[in-house]
Amino acid sequence: MTTLASDTEDETASAPETSWATTWWPRLRPLLLAVTFPAALLAIWHFSTVGRPGSLIPPPYDVWLELQDLAVGGINDDAYSRTLHIHLLASISRVYGGFALALIVALPLGMLIGRVPLVRQVVDPTLQILRPVPVTAWLPLAMIMFGLGPRSAFFLVFLGAFYPILVNTIFGVRSVEPRLFEAAAMLGCSGSAQFFRVVLPAALPSIFTGMRLGLGFAWVVIVVGEMTGVQTGLGAIIMEARQLSRTEIVISGMIVIGTVGFLSDQLVMLIGRRLLAWSPSHG
Amino acid sequence: MAEATIPILEMKNVGKTYSQNGRSIEALRGANLSVKKGEFICLIGASGCGKSTLLRMAAGFEAATHGDNLMWGVPITGPGPSRGMVFQDYGLFPWLNVRDNIGFGPKSRGRTKAETRETVDHFIDLVGLQRFADVHPHQLSGGMKQRVAIARVLANDAEVVLMDEPFGALDAMTRERLQDELVEIWSRTGLTVLFVTHAIEEAIFLADRVVVMSPGPGRIDNEYSIDLQRPRDISSPEFNEWRRMLSSQLHSHHARKAG
Repeated sequence: MTTLASDTEDETASAPETSWATTWWPRLRPLLLAVTFPAALLAIWHFSTVGRPGSLIPPPYDVWLELQDLAVGGINDDAYSRTLHIHLLASISRVYGGFALALIVALPLGMLIGRVPLVRQVVDPTLQILRPVPVTAWLPLAMIMFGLGPRSAFFLVFLGAFYPILVNTIFGVRSVEPRLFEAAAMLGCSGSAQFFRVVLPAALPSIFTGMRLGLGFAWVVIVVGEMTGVQTGLGAIIMEARQLSRTEIVISGMIVIGTVGFLSDQLVMLIGRRLLAWSPSHG
Repeated sequence: MAEATIPILEMKNVGKTYSQNGRSIEALRGANLSVKKGEFICLIGASGCGKSTLLRMAAGFEAATHGDNLMWGVPITGPGPSRGMVFQDYGLFPWLNVRDNIGFGPKSRGRTKAETRETVDHFIDLVGLQRFADVHPHQLSGGMKQRVAIARVLANDAEVVLMDEPFGALDAMTRERLQDELVEIWSRTGLTVLFVTHAIEEAIFLADRVVVMSPGPGRIDNEYSIDLQRPRDISSPEFNEWRRMLSSQLHSHHARKAG
């Protein structure tokens, strides 16, 4: 026992020395490396736009001012001042609403397609043909079916999140190691009980990957989704600002979507890390 | 009374033919084997001799195409808790920690939480994994995983333990220690063990009876009762005598197969 355990104990034994360089540098280094590239981009952006009245792209500082104005106002005091929270909330509710709906439909459907041959034979070919159709191509049809407004946006977000969840769920429930079914059977767990005690937990890492991709896509298609004539939402103000040539608002919207999408992904990752601590590729 | 006369496992003229790409492959032909309760049997032979097929039929994972597979005189129709299997690749549930892997069987069979917990604690002690009870399989060494697999089968009150080259993937040191522990557990619990291996030394060290099989088609050639005292000394002249004998037996198949 002691020899088997020793390799785990070696790793936890850390060096006693605690100088500034050994404790802080390893943490600071990745942060510095991550900041270098965007800082360089920002510098290029700044020097190629600042002091040029003809530039169609506003310099970073103007965008920063616009972001502040959108969030708290007090700079331009126009129709967009202090409206960020409204648009942000509208987009978040559509992204998570569409995502939740996709989850409700794609999870059970994926499990059925993966485990029940009849369902697979009936439904799968149709879904596979519809899959390559980009969400943007659905836009006109969505507007006819659901009208102009938030329902179309909701549908498009749903569609964007649906396929990644579906495909990964099918993959997850189909690629359970056959050995685990044998192990469960010889331990007295057979038939439908195996679904909840073997298939579902074994498929969880794949399902989780699908959810993460799906939520990412939901954020990607939100701009398209909000091109359907809704009044609020980050996508809506981006499209509106484009028509008004308010490029600083367009860029501000992009930055907000990027940031919120990133944070939402981090949240999902955090949940996943707690839920899938057993999986070497997630834990 | 019944236990004294009826073998715990009995295979009567058992055969297995697979069909693969329209061709039929005979994996096992006319195998007869009778196992008494408490016996330790090793099945040995070159690859393709049908030893794993025989074991999987005893487990109920595969049905025989001819003959009868019986446990206590009753036909085996599928896998069940009375015949626990220890796989070479462990077959542990990666999402369950050591405790819950061992408790999987009792839970499946409707034991209460308290009963399961008590059983699990007992078998964790038995295989010496007290400090690793809350660890997941990917954090364990191969030897520790196989201890969990053995404990999992024992915790489920298996009467027969079927082992398919369980120590084949382990390093020599770990293998020897697990062999010692297995014999120790077996002699204390009165289990019946059917153990597949391709290592002659392992078979002589473990078995009451060694069943030698040969390929093309797979069949049982001979059975030898190993009458050596336990614990067995692998360096004794008697042990070497057995090793020489079984080795020449197995090599004669190779020669025959090649020629």
